[in-house]
Amino acid sequence: MKSLADLEAIRQRTLDKVNLRREHEGTRVVVGMATCGIAAGARPVLLAFMEEVNKRKLLNVTVAQTGCIGMCRLEPMVEITLPGEEKVTYVRVTPEKVARIVEEHVVNGRPVLEYVIGAEGKA
Amino acid sequence: MPELALHILDLVQNSVAAGATSITVTIAYDRAADTLTIVIEDDGRGMSEELVKSVASPFVTTRTTRKVGLGIPMFQQLAEMCGGALKISSKPGAGTTLTATFRASHVDLPPMGSLRETILALVAACPESPDFRFVYRADGREFVFDTSEVRAPLGNLPLSEPEILEWIGEYVSEGIREVDGSQ
Repeated sequence: MKSLADLEAIRQRTLDKVNLRREHEGTRVVVGMATCGIAAGARPVLLAFMEEVNKRKLLNVTVAQTGCIGMCRLEPMVEITLPGEEKVTYVRVTPEKVARIVEEHVVNGRPVLEYVIGAEGKA
Repeated sequence: MPELALHILDLVQNSVAAGATSITVTIAYDRAADTLTIVIEDDGRGMSEELVKSVASPFVTTRTTRKVGLGIPMFQQLAEMCGGALKISSKPGAGTTLTATFRASHVDLPPMGSLRETILALVAACPESPDFRFVYRADGREFVFDTSEVRAPLGNLPLSEPEILEWIGEYVSEGIREVDGSQ
């Protein structure tokens, strides 16, 4: 028996498809904005990405938010997906790091390895 | 959280996650009574009576990545620490209302911080829906920003467009400044 509760699942499945289509269209920058992210400084990071993308007139880049990515101690975390490439996760992002990430990774396709997850704590 | 505006950003995310189509944030200072009241009201899916009772526990959350959720507990702790309280009323299918009161002059009350940045972050992250309504009130003066009122004239463009965000930022800053200026 169908119920109204089915609609939520249908909506979510459809939403994922829409998001996937968007990924194919261009680059996605996703900032973790759960309690952990916000407390660690995600708000200025999100706004810095919007500003940098606008400054460089990058029309194929979408800046969006997500909930908790799961490693709260490494927040603010940002996931960047270039079309056809694997997701790259940046950790402990600050507004100061944003310009370099946009220039080197989003524009020129070279991830800034020293800010990527796994590199934190190594000098 | 170093700013009340960051708590607001965080708690409004709960409303967004609850599937709200309309979220109203009211911030009201009453200097005569020395109170600050923050109300976050949404028409999301709401919570059962049991969930309302337990939601202030850090060990209750709907997130799936971790078993702790600190948004509401931290806000409640702050309200109680500042001579106020947090009240939650919710009805499944109808929505949730959080009402926090604070003693405005309490030494432990963090600054409001940047409501402009909080509003911009919310609008940029949720450019098409839900609609956000912000009411900022102090001693009889009031500023209202409502995304539903800007969509029609913009022909329903996503509000994350840089030019639109810039306009919203300035509009909000001016409105808040005007209300604060009279104090």
